[in-house]
Amino acid sequence: RISRSISTVKLPDLPYDYGALEPYISGQIMELHHTKHHAAYVANLNKALEQQAEAEAKGDVSKVITLQGAIKFNGGGHINHDIFWTNLVPPKDFEPPSGELKALIEGQWKSLDNFINIFNAQTAAVQGSGWGWLGYNKGSGRLEITAMPNQDPLSITGLVPLLGVDVWEHAYYLQYKNVRPDYLKAIWNVVNWKNVADRLAAAKK
Amino acid sequence: MALSMKIQASSLIAGQRRVRPMTGRRAVVIKAALELKAPPYALDALEPHMSKQTLEFHWGKHHRAYVDNMNKQIAGTPLDGKSLEEVVLASWNGGSPTPVFNNAAQVWNHTFFWESMKPNGGGAPTGKLAEAIARDFGSFDKFKEEFKAAGLTQFGSGWAWLNADNSGKLSLSKTPNAVTPVVEGKTPILTVDVWEHAYYIDVQNRRPDYLTTFIEKLINWDVVAERYAAAQK
Repeated sequence: RISRSISTVKLPDLPYDYGALEPYISGQIMELHHTKHHAAYVANLNKALEQQAEAEAKGDVSKVITLQGAIKFNGGGHINHDIFWTNLVPPKDFEPPSGELKALIEGQWKSLDNFINIFNAQTAAVQGSGWGWLGYNKGSGRLEITAMPNQDPLSITGLVPLLGVDVWEHAYYLQYKNVRPDYLKAIWNVVNWKNVADRLAAAKK
Repeated sequence: MALSMKIQASSLIAGQRRVRPMTGRRAVVIKAALELKAPPYALDALEPHMSKQTLEFHWGKHHRAYVDNMNKQIAGTPLDGKSLEEVVLASWNGGSPTPVFNNAAQVWNHTFFWESMKPNGGGAPTGKLAEAIARDFGSFDKFKEEFKAAGLTQFGSGWAWLNADNSGKLSLSKTPNAVTPVVEGKTPILTVDVWEHAYYIDVQNRRPDYLTTFIEKLINWDVVAERYAAAQK
């Protein structure tokens, strides 16, 4: 009989202090978002994976199937937030896109500003909870703006995630309340374009 | 309004009327936009269990925006002048909802939610409703556990519901985003909003605490009992 080991997912540290993205995203939000929301996805994913391993060991396929919703939700939540923290940078270290990434954006959307307007319009329109994404289409070699509901990871569409913007209310509510568009305007001050470029380069290998 | 005006009975809905003058001249049709209904209590009346600040944003901004956006969407369309219930059902479009649904259903859901609560609420139901809960859930405690679980396992935004069928049988359901059991042919008698905006100001990520407080301190069991009785007519 094949034995499976349970992999344990760990909550990553942020590459900056909780208050480092102020005034655009408050320290209070960053701390709650990381220590409560992301931490819960990690804990619940680990629990679901453990239950899945037990069910597999017993040959209980039914049980394995019922666990898939929790694995998708919490696993997606972990994946998405893991990417998100690296997509952000303190405003003092902000640099606009350059090189190939800049060329691709301008080639497809005429300007960075135009790209941001279109991204924000689509992302603001997400119903309920979800994420706005800039993804890379390996087949076409083009960038794509898209949105995903709840914690569905972008990878299930085949696109490579480059930049995600969390629009679950927990990502902005304490600071921006119901005014999601204001959060979307502000966040571009702390986008880590170097990280986005690194992800693009890795996707092209 | 002049007695010579004929009121089209089919469009006499609470809160709005369409009137046509019986003259040879071109008919004047007045349609009132659907309105934001205030909760049946002051915005601070649910404190300390649900803060005034939450009500100010949740009712004053979120619910108001659903009403305003819905009215903008339906102005000048065939849905203009219809009742809220008609707009919700029409925009559900048999399961392929139009953009109107996201707003119209949320208008309905939030009014239903405010009316599901009262100051000094909570406690326990009595009479026929209490009997039905004991019968269909095993006990009131079991019902509370399962209702809370429904709210907790609605991943993402949505609602948890207690529904009754016309024989008085109770059931729980949960819906994502704006979906309401009404479009699923069910009769809800109680709801709790589990969009994060419903609880984030008060308890941040602690949705379990929010649900416990809702159950123990906020439910208006009188209204739920009235809805329960009405479902069986």
